[in-house]
Amino acid sequence: MSGHSYDAEKYWKANLRLIFGSLVIWALVSYGFGIVLRPMLSGIPIGGTDLGFWFAQQGSILTFIALIFHYAWRMNKIDEKFGVEEE
Amino acid sequence: MSQFAINIIFVGGSFLLYILIAIWAKAGSTKDFYVAGGGVHPITNGMAIGADWMSAASFISMAGIIAASGYASSAYLMGWTGGYVLLAMLLAPYLRKFGKFTVPEFIGDRFYSKQARMVAVICLIVASLTYVIGQMAGAGVAFSRFLEVDSTMGLIIAAVVIFIYSVLGGMKGITYTQVAQYCVLIIAYTIPAVFISLQLTGNPIPALGLFSTHIDSGMPILDKLNQVITDVGFTEYSADVDSHLNMVLFTLTLMIGTAGLPHVIIRFFTVPKVADARWSAGWALVFIALLYLTAPAVASMARLNLMTTIYPDGTAAEPIRYADRPQWIKEWEITGLIQFEDKNGDGRIQMYNDGSSEAAKAFQPEAEARGWDGNEFTYNRDILVLANPEIANLPGWVIGLIAAGGLAAALSTAAGLLLAISSAISHDLIKGAINPGITEKGELVAARISMAVAIILATYLGANPPGFAAQVVALAFGIAAASLFPALMMGIFSKRVNNTGAIAGMLCGLVFTLSYIFVYKGWLFIPGTANLADTPENWVFGISPLSIGAIGAIVNFAVAFAVSNATEEPPVEIQELVESVRYPRGAGQAQDH
Repeated sequence: MSGHSYDAEKYWKANLRLIFGSLVIWALVSYGFGIVLRPMLSGIPIGGTDLGFWFAQQGSILTFIALIFHYAWRMNKIDEKFGVEEE
Repeated sequence: MSQFAINIIFVGGSFLLYILIAIWAKAGSTKDFYVAGGGVHPITNGMAIGADWMSAASFISMAGIIAASGYASSAYLMGWTGGYVLLAMLLAPYLRKFGKFTVPEFIGDRFYSKQARMVAVICLIVASLTYVIGQMAGAGVAFSRFLEVDSTMGLIIAAVVIFIYSVLGGMKGITYTQVAQYCVLIIAYTIPAVFISLQLTGNPIPALGLFSTHIDSGMPILDKLNQVITDVGFTEYSADVDSHLNMVLFTLTLMIGTAGLPHVIIRFFTVPKVADARWSAGWALVFIALLYLTAPAVASMARLNLMTTIYPDGTAAEPIRYADRPQWIKEWEITGLIQFEDKNGDGRIQMYNDGSSEAAKAFQPEAEARGWDGNEFTYNRDILVLANPEIANLPGWVIGLIAAGGLAAALSTAAGLLLAISSAISHDLIKGAINPGITEKGELVAARISMAVAIILATYLGANPPGFAAQVVALAFGIAAASLFPALMMGIFSKRVNNTGAIAGMLCGLVFTLSYIFVYKGWLFIPGTANLADTPENWVFGISPLSIGAIGAIVNFAVAFAVSNATEEPPVEIQELVESVRYPRGAGQAQDH
């Protein structure tokens, strides 16, 4: 990798940015909407309970799936862009 | 045909399938044995991870726990799925690129230290062995209830089946049996849930039924449930928890513990490419979510069905007569997992909350006015999923299916754990430390022998579970969260953390976490040695021993960085190694050297 260290550094930064953004959403839906912010969302009814309950029991899981597939798809693009994808 | 014969056909048929797969997928090399030859498709691997991950705890216990405490148990749902986000982004692709066989091997190489590798081996063995005891015990319960055999006999049958496909096939045999086991367990879990959701809400998808209208009452089903349980003094199902901090930390502990459990991580070494490791994590979570989205529906609907069984004419009317109790209650009474005691001698089953919570105290005067003399009906919450089809009057083949599904969940996880243990012994301990010159053939023999020994030990412990069996979840997740996860993550994301820092971090995280657990649960779980009673008033800042792993991880990170900064940088070749795991190009397949 020493030959393209400049690009390699940019590749790693792009990865870290993507991870950081994903983990902000990861924390927001579970620790945020599902737990700490639940009292603030209690005004939004959903099928006999409130939005926070839905996020805690289902919404966060669905969001996690979307986050992983989005990450895999974006990272494969970034791999190609920086020419570090597998042969 | 009798129910017993149906159960035998379903369980026997599924076991036969696993053995046939094992014969077909025999391992020829150490690479087959440790990483299934490194050629598993990401979707196949995702399914295998699903079965590997979803244990007796997920299949049998989780819905029962959620049914008992409602919203408060959401930590399990979020914690046991959110860890896959961390795996996909922080660990799996890079460890796949590193391309070795075991988790301690990465820690040993990255921190250029045999001691670090041995600390990782010990953490791995303790976490995996405590976890496997629970699986064997779960398999024992399923056997004794459905196959009418003694649970020790049942365990020996289970051990022989696991022995055949894991010793013969190693990771290769385990991978393809896990795919079959996933199919069995997800069908077994979903079918009764679909029927029950249809009966109660008319919606065939349980996950949607949970938020639909209850047909009999015309109310949303969760409202109806809240109403009937609060009527008899139980806390509201959707009530908020006392301590948000504790729930956040418990969820976080489960998430990073999940990401740090070695038997899950090694599954990512079996795919051909780094990109496949990323996709695998996504597919794994899809397959896991099929069960995890259904579980909260199963929980609330089973709780409602149980209430309706006991109070057929509503909670304001008298409960059911003991003499009129349904057949399933009689059958579970035999196992001792359901108990009835007619305290007020009226021949009826009074099930209500006579505990010390606010809701229970508020209900106390009404209970006395109705001539009730304490709660008369207790049930082990683990039976809820297994009894679910019987509670809803579903046909006999569904019950046979549940038996096969529960066993598939327990066996698949046990096999994955046993493989992690045996590869740590044969690859890290024997080849890595004791006898580095061992031939591949010799190592394969050593791997098979250590697998066999691990199975015998696990069977013995499953048949004679130590008193602390119920506490092991805290231990396994606490260890994985506080020791392995931070070490792996720092190994990839920091070039500065060195051998001294990593070892100090792992040991401090581990000692801190274990001490906190032992203070409340007893030192080494020996009864009577706890320093403080395990109640919320005694917990520091309201943090339960179950939630402490997250703090242990923070201790690990902090100590590792502090010590590393005070000591010399890692050598150049280690910094290059870190550099190389970050870039997918040139991954090749998992290899020995």
